[in-house]
Amino acid sequence: MIRRCLPHPLMSGFLLLAWLLLQRSLAPATLLAGVLVAMGLGRAFGKLRPPAARIRNVPLLVRLLLRVMGDIVRSNLAVAWLVLRPGGQVRSGFVSVSLELTDPYGLAALACIITSTPGTIWVDHDSTRRVLLIHVLDLVDEAAWIGNIKRRYERPLLEIFQ
Amino acid sequence: MSHAFLGIAIVAAQLLLLLAMACSIIRMVRGPRAQDRVLGLDALYVNAMLLLLSIGIRTGSVLYVEAGLIIALLGFAGTVAFAKFLLRGEVIE
Amino acid sequence: MNHLDALPPWAAVLVGVLVLLGAGFAFVGSLGLLRLRDFYKRVHAPTLGTTLGTFFMVVASIVCFSVAQGRPVLHEMLIGVFLTLTTPITLMLLVRAALYRNRVEGQQRVPPPR
Repeated sequence: MIRRCLPHPLMSGFLLLAWLLLQRSLAPATLLAGVLVAMGLGRAFGKLRPPAARIRNVPLLVRLLLRVMGDIVRSNLAVAWLVLRPGGQVRSGFVSVSLELTDPYGLAALACIITSTPGTIWVDHDSTRRVLLIHVLDLVDEAAWIGNIKRRYERPLLEIFQ
Repeated sequence: MSHAFLGIAIVAAQLLLLLAMACSIIRMVRGPRAQDRVLGLDALYVNAMLLLLSIGIRTGSVLYVEAGLIIALLGFAGTVAFAKFLLRGEVIE
Repeated sequence: MNHLDALPPWAAVLVGVLVLLGAGFAFVGSLGLLRLRDFYKRVHAPTLGTTLGTFFMVVASIVCFSVAQGRPVLHEMLIGVFLTLTTPITLMLLVRAALYRNRVEGQQRVPPPR
């Protein structure tokens, strides 16, 4: 019964939250309209036939999020210093990383993490050869970057999504 | 004392954001390639949205936040459209 | 500026510092857009404004309105969530477009197509 009315509870929950935040009220009418909109759009989302997402390890997901926030702050400062320091150009380049991760949601999360961190950007992913191409602004040690991404981000994502 | 600081801080932040917008506009005009111009336009949208947020704090009107949200939405759609256009490949300068 | 005068002193100082930090990061990002030499380096610069720049400005706005109105005003958070979801998409598409164009022209040193 619940499955039929609410096929995508996570999606509907986020939609309801966004609705309430935008309306800035918790009046019963707003709440009712929000629930209706969230349920309707949740069903519409099901029509797109999204691949099934399973989050296996919620505490690890929270820890990964905290780690990513810390990394974003640190690389923000690093990139700001690279921009502000007088003269001297940085050496940057492309790096290819071979991945074990194949889950589409895991890959999407990895793309968001890598691109949101200033200094690295996701360029291309070859799903048949499982090779990821990224561009790094301050490329000193290629192997260190590869190890960093595989250890800090790919390992937890594998455990969470796959 | 602290309120004087707040007033000065908001004006200084708005000046900084205007300078940031000027930087993005210069990049947009100078190019040299189409992708640089699109990147400049994208940064311009983000800076304009931040400026709207700071105007909202200064005037005390929550409506500016909605305006910022709309700018972010339209900027995203516009940049994606430009990037798709560049990706098609027939249009090489 | 009467509504800002209603803020308690600690909130006024906090909002001022957050606003300055946010604008500072956005400015440094745009300056990088101007100073760095080639496109693939410049792509990294605007992320400063969309991550920490937006974060500080959104938190400043939340603190200001929540303290002034005496209840949590949180819808600024949507801007932050939205930007963190969309910036990777736009930047990724732009880099791929640039890579494609450079490969077609074959001038700049870029990784070869598969």
